[in-house]
Amino acid sequence: MTVSATAPLKHAGSLFAFALDTGRATFRRPFQLKEFLQQAWFVASVTIIPTALVAIPFGAVIALQVGGLIKQFGAQAFTGSAAVLAVVREASPIATALLIAGAGGSAICADLGSRKIREELDAMMVLGIDPIQRLVVPRVLATMLVAFFLNGFVSVVGVMGGYVFNVVLQDGTPGSYIASFTALAHLPDLWQGQVKALVFGFIAAVVASYKGCNAGGGPKGVGDAVNQSVVITFMLLFVANFSMTAIYFQLVPPKGA
Amino acid sequence: MGVEVRVEGLTKSFGSQLIWGDVSLTLPAGEICVMLGPSGTGKSVFLKTLIGLIKPDRGHVWIEGTDIATCSERELYDVRRLFGVLFQDGAMFGSMNLYDNVAFPLREHTKKSESDIRSIVMEKMEMVGLVGAERKLPGEISGGMRKRAGLARALVLDPEILLVDEPDSGLDPVRTSFLNQVMIDLNEAFGATFLIVTHDINTARTVPDNIGMLYHRHLAMFGPREMLLSSEEPVIRQFLNAQMIGPIGMSEEKDADELAREIGQELPPLPPIPIQQLPSSGMLRPTQRPPGEWCRENGIVPPPGSFEAKAVGAR
Repeated sequence: MTVSATAPLKHAGSLFAFALDTGRATFRRPFQLKEFLQQAWFVASVTIIPTALVAIPFGAVIALQVGGLIKQFGAQAFTGSAAVLAVVREASPIATALLIAGAGGSAICADLGSRKIREELDAMMVLGIDPIQRLVVPRVLATMLVAFFLNGFVSVVGVMGGYVFNVVLQDGTPGSYIASFTALAHLPDLWQGQVKALVFGFIAAVVASYKGCNAGGGPKGVGDAVNQSVVITFMLLFVANFSMTAIYFQLVPPKGA
Repeated sequence: MGVEVRVEGLTKSFGSQLIWGDVSLTLPAGEICVMLGPSGTGKSVFLKTLIGLIKPDRGHVWIEGTDIATCSERELYDVRRLFGVLFQDGAMFGSMNLYDNVAFPLREHTKKSESDIRSIVMEKMEMVGLVGAERKLPGEISGGMRKRAGLARALVLDPEILLVDEPDSGLDPVRTSFLNQVMIDLNEAFGATFLIVTHDINTARTVPDNIGMLYHRHLAMFGPREMLLSSEEPVIRQFLNAQMIGPIGMSEEKDADELAREIGQELPPLPPIPIQQLPSSGMLRPTQRPPGEWCRENGIVPPPGSFEAKAVGAR
């Protein structure tokens, strides 16, 4: 088969169309509650432990970096505040998204892909059932839900990790770490983190489902689809993250500015 | 009582690769048709085009006044209710046991009570010989059982058109014969239109009322069974008799050298036309024609020994 210059555009277009179909099917009844709960449980079960394990060193690294930097500036009183800001605004949604995409997304893609090559999805369509409504929508919503809670979880674990490292390793004062939390950070930071997590969850699940539903060429095709879905998700996540951060700073000015 | 499927000028290519072009044929209502063709000639693609899973580049598929190739998504879902499809590996839903798989279309599309569903499901399971395996998961059973379960699921909504993708792939000859018998009996009982896609010659020779053959990106021939079995057309003759001499080579087509070498070689005589497999009742199906009728009507002398009981061969 010849590769044409417009092929990437075509894929981007059909991915976008798939996302729109998913959005439309979300409001079509009956809602697949059982599938939704099963998938939410499944995604949570494959992501919680790796996320916790990633979140602790993540918070610690930020605490070390920020702590060192802030010491050089002579502004130790703001260590806690800076660490909270970094974790809640950026680190936590990104860590959540990478794990959701890596652990949850790849599992979703493999599952749908193997159904696709076993012709289960075709059989479903022939039986008059829309696989997007039946299988994709519950997975996307479940992933978004889990991403939302996971983000909260990572924020807490990250901040706690930062606290431990700052207090134990960098001889920070426990009181000032906690007291400075609200010096720079404010509540909208948390909300935007949560919104980011929702959007990242949506992107990860839609890309994984799209790649899974379009897998072809036997078991190898499923492997390729999983691989591509993780790579594409990561790329989209970082673009989306940049845009959302830029918009957020326009909409909500930093505290005290 | 069966629905006619009319295909007009159907063309499909993937990228620049033409799969088949300008396929026109009519699957007569209530008859059994077999679509033959060497591996990789797009038989499965053809079958999927008939149910609108794949959109053709050009052409029409008319079913009860609806054109599958151009109709809206909503019309497509309505028309698909007429279809039952048996996919190659049965395409059972891996997360459900066989009972739930077979009951699935009923639960989705009808308001029947669970006890009604139960009696319908058990009836179909018995028809395909799967009683006792209802609680098994698709992953726990053999390919042949999955195929029979797929047939049961395709049947529960009493389809008017049944599409069957390679019923014999991965099945032993005995099970294949049983499955063929099941399909013939079903056709007798419900009068649904059947299209079986296969490359098993024994099935093609003994089961259908009509045979079609896809070869070299077009429909080589489509017509009554006896027409193709008595045909002198090189491609048809070679394929239906599994011979090496003829235009079909190991890789799709033979090249000029190979063909030149074959000039002058004596073609083996056409084997006798076997008797068409009868339903278990031993009577002709409503759409089945008496043996030899087509040949008599068209003044063709069938090969010697045709329509004799012993000519049934492997059956």
